[in-house]
Amino acid sequence: MSEFFGSPHALLVLVLAGFLPNEVWRMAGLWFGAGVDEGSEVLVWVRAVATAILAGVIAQILVQPPGALAGVPDWLRYGAVAAGFAVFMLTRRSIFAGVVSGEIVLLAGKWWLG
Amino acid sequence: MRAFAWGMSSVASTVLTLVLFATYLGIGALAHDSHFSLGWVLGSTLLVWAGPAQIILISTLGSGATAVQAAIAVTVSAIRLFPMVVSVLPLMKTPRTKRRHLVLVTHFIAVTLWVECYRLLPKVPRERRIAFTHGLGCGLVSVCMVATTLGYGLAANLPPLFAAAILLLTPLAFLLSTARNCRQISDILALVLGIALFPLVSMLHTGVDILISGVTAGTIAYGAHWWRERARA
Repeated sequence: MSEFFGSPHALLVLVLAGFLPNEVWRMAGLWFGAGVDEGSEVLVWVRAVATAILAGVIAQILVQPPGALAGVPDWLRYGAVAAGFAVFMLTRRSIFAGVVSGEIVLLAGKWWLG
Repeated sequence: MRAFAWGMSSVASTVLTLVLFATYLGIGALAHDSHFSLGWVLGSTLLVWAGPAQIILISTLGSGATAVQAAIAVTVSAIRLFPMVVSVLPLMKTPRTKRRHLVLVTHFIAVTLWVECYRLLPKVPRERRIAFTHGLGCGLVSVCMVATTLGYGLAANLPPLFAAAILLLTPLAFLLSTARNCRQISDILALVLGIALFPLVSMLHTGVDILISGVTAGTIAYGAHWWRERARA
């Protein structure tokens, strides 16, 4: 078992640096959100903020790319996402078509660059 | 129990399951290459249950950062979960729902479940929605546990181009699924402004750039909604 899970220290780090930082926000949402009604105006604002924070996460991955994505030139990353979004709109909001098109542009671009 | 099975089978009805599968293949492979154990990365899928947070956690720890640095980076990335939970839970509540009934649902909430709840829950009778979401969450976690294991095992055989393609999946799928989810003018504005503002705010290097750009863009978007409603009234 110890080989499967690795050292107890690594597991402690997983709980402290991985599990808790996420769970704290979720449970805070449960605590503060319990009294909010479905039709309330506050919820429109909260959803707009959730959407905008998510938009920030999307922008961050594209502008400050992690790992192997950093090896892809800026114009190709932006171009691939723009192409994916364009196909998504043209296919009456098909996520599948959009994701596949964006990935094809990225792979074709990388292959073309060598 | 029927609602649970219904939720679980809904996993097969969304292309986002495929996106998650590929993302978790990538997370499994990343964990392998960063010398984490299989049990550790499976534990992270089960407990953390947020793709970007896991990628940040593995890559920061793997690059030699301290646990404190990793915890700060993950905490900032996880802020989005708070408004997501607040906005989606009212869809599941009935007057008799206790807070403890919602704990497991709350743990399952991440981008995919948030988006899919808006799409699927209106078709589910209100008193069954919690069981349905439990099924959906268990189904998605199971798929991702399998993908994590496969990715971990395949890591050595995956070409580098594949790694880049998998990392692009997250922004692409987040963008398109959020765009599909837009119901009001405020949602569309929040998405557009949120993407546009982040690069500007990130020049300030505050450490909480995403929070600043998100709350600002979200509030402006809400302001536009409020103003429009008032003009109409």
